[in-house]
Amino acid sequence: MSLLYLTIIFPLIGFILLAGLRDQISEKMAAIIGVGSMGLSALTAAYVGFDYLGDPSQSGYFHQILWTWFSIGDFAPSFGLQLDGLSLIMLGMVTGVGFLIHVFASWYMRGEEGFARFFSYFNLFIVSMLLLVLGDNLLVLFLGWEGVGLCSYLLIGFYYKNPSNGFAAIKAFTVTRVGDVLLLIGLFILFREFNTLDIYEITQRAPEVLTSGSTTVTWACLMLLGGAVGKSAQLPLQTWLADAMAGPTPVSALIHAATMVTAGVYLIARMHPVFELAPNVLYFVGVIGAVTLLMAGFAAMVQTDIKRVLAYSTMSQLGYMFLALGAEAYQAAVFHMLTHAFFKALLFLSAGAVIIACHHEQNILKMGGLWKKIPFVYLCFLVGGGALAALPFITVGFYSKDEILWQAWAAGHPELFWAGVVGAFLTSIYTFRLIWLVFHGEVKTQAHKIEGVSYWLPLGILLVLSTFVGALLQQPVGHILSGVLPEFVVSPTMATDKHFAEFTAVGVALVGILVGVVLFAFKYDAVKKLANTSFGAGIAHIWRNAWGFDALYHLVLVKPYLMIARLLGRDPVDGAWSVLPAVVKAGNSFSTKRQTGSLRGYAAAITLGAVILLMILIVIQVLGK
Amino acid sequence: MMAAIPLEHGLILATLLFALGLYGVMVRRNLMFMLMSLEIMMNAAAFAFVLAGSVWGQPDGQIMFILILTLAAAEACIGLAILLQFYHRFQHLDVDAASEMRG
Repeated sequence: MSLLYLTIIFPLIGFILLAGLRDQISEKMAAIIGVGSMGLSALTAAYVGFDYLGDPSQSGYFHQILWTWFSIGDFAPSFGLQLDGLSLIMLGMVTGVGFLIHVFASWYMRGEEGFARFFSYFNLFIVSMLLLVLGDNLLVLFLGWEGVGLCSYLLIGFYYKNPSNGFAAIKAFTVTRVGDVLLLIGLFILFREFNTLDIYEITQRAPEVLTSGSTTVTWACLMLLGGAVGKSAQLPLQTWLADAMAGPTPVSALIHAATMVTAGVYLIARMHPVFELAPNVLYFVGVIGAVTLLMAGFAAMVQTDIKRVLAYSTMSQLGYMFLALGAEAYQAAVFHMLTHAFFKALLFLSAGAVIIACHHEQNILKMGGLWKKIPFVYLCFLVGGGALAALPFITVGFYSKDEILWQAWAAGHPELFWAGVVGAFLTSIYTFRLIWLVFHGEVKTQAHKIEGVSYWLPLGILLVLSTFVGALLQQPVGHILSGVLPEFVVSPTMATDKHFAEFTAVGVALVGILVGVVLFAFKYDAVKKLANTSFGAGIAHIWRNAWGFDALYHLVLVKPYLMIARLLGRDPVDGAWSVLPAVVKAGNSFSTKRQTGSLRGYAAAITLGAVILLMILIVIQVLGK
Repeated sequence: MMAAIPLEHGLILATLLFALGLYGVMVRRNLMFMLMSLEIMMNAAAFAFVLAGSVWGQPDGQIMFILILTLAAAEACIGLAILLQFYHRFQHLDVDAASEMRG
């Protein structure tokens, strides 16, 4: 277990090597360094994990202080790592899925300009993400938090030659920055109360230090929630995620689906003892999740870009996790996070394969009938989509999502449950639409065959994990988490409702698929006709723009800001001072104009002056009397 | 006998002379005539001094007249020298031709 720090060191070395050598090394060498360092990290993580699980002497909490970060007065935060059940799950998820996506990326990015640069950012991202999940105090967590934000920015803007990608990167960075500032305020509040930022100490001492329902704890939780909402693309800071799809597809898979966006869920799960002291805020977390998952579900139904569909579905699935956290179903939330990492990474990587096969075409309306050309990707999409829509028994999504819905119901939040059920209905429809439009119907684009071991191996592994095989992890994960996150306790009166809740969820998901089949496979003309009526077009327009949040923010925030910037850009304060030279210059030009050299003009001017002086004298004389 | 001519009349004459001279300076283009007009203005001023000196019965006015006479002589010297140079250069005496400054 003492090798824990190596999981961070390996990608860090990879980053430094790749960043230093950049274009001096061949693509193959860069791939070996980038993927190899990630592989070593994953191996170390696996070793540490087995060591942790096989050592019963530990009380489920391993603490490794590397050094004292800095020391100011009596504030001396350590730079340390901690390993407990939650961190272990996150560690396994980040390194495992991260490694698979690294392997896939070495296939996807081959021949691209900036191959080494891509992998250097990718490795740096893993470093930051591991700091985030392993940090023993909130300061280290915050370092990782900012690090993943930076890598997200760098990778969204990877194809920087297209200005719109740069704008998307800036947007993602700025919007998440709002959340980061709130998180920082939350840390300040916690530090004021606890006089430490050590996570273990805070979670242990929270009930003694903070009074339940007090203003302090409410504000602290609201601020932490603000940070989580920004990172996990929930309402109202969700606008950046869809635009973040400008980055290469492996980036979308790793950062904007599997790992970074789940950091908010991790944060709330990690700080759950504090959140439980503010039940209102905790319920608010659930409401945010419910609203986001519905909003994103509607938005996903009308998108035409394959990656944007998946982006909105990610937002929606993160909404489920928030909903679960709000219902205090932490284990269900974390398990869904894990399974979501599997099937969403699978979907994104398959989407990447589709995009490669179609020569970088991303519009699903221009695809069709691809299943014959790339049957393996089709299979991946079927399984991934099935898991997304929570098809019963055969997919992993069923086990995690229905657990969330059932526990939301059992926690006494029927409104959250029904929101989740409607969300499941929407999920089934848009998932079917996506698969149908891309893989069935008439062939519209020329797709070519794709091959390579680094292409099918990661997909294959994720494919297996997205089926019921992944669900076998449910028991072990629950066991690992049991020390950190409280198990969900079902009251006996509710226990009889379990079948009702599960049947409802499964039934709605199946009905959703049926509706999808009818709408898109049989009555697609009718759908098109409806979309062409003014009402249908209006609704579709609103959904396509995800309820117009972008326009609203543009109007309320961006425009006033630009106006102020434009105003200040002209330096109004300096403007006041520039009056003086302007007056002098005007006087100068007025005077020089009079220097004509005309003798008679001079005489006339002197006369005029004399007359004026005389008149003034006379007036003074008259008035003086 | 002096008292026979009131001060006002003398001053009006001086003012008229001065105004005539000034008018000539402003209106005439010929440098020669401008110089002459200038002399008239000076004489108007000198006349006013003499007038005032005689009214108040003091010699200062006449002293000032001599001073102005000297000044006028000097001015005429310089003015005529300029005039000669001007004619030498332009072959005429139109003073507007010399206004070459453009502000």
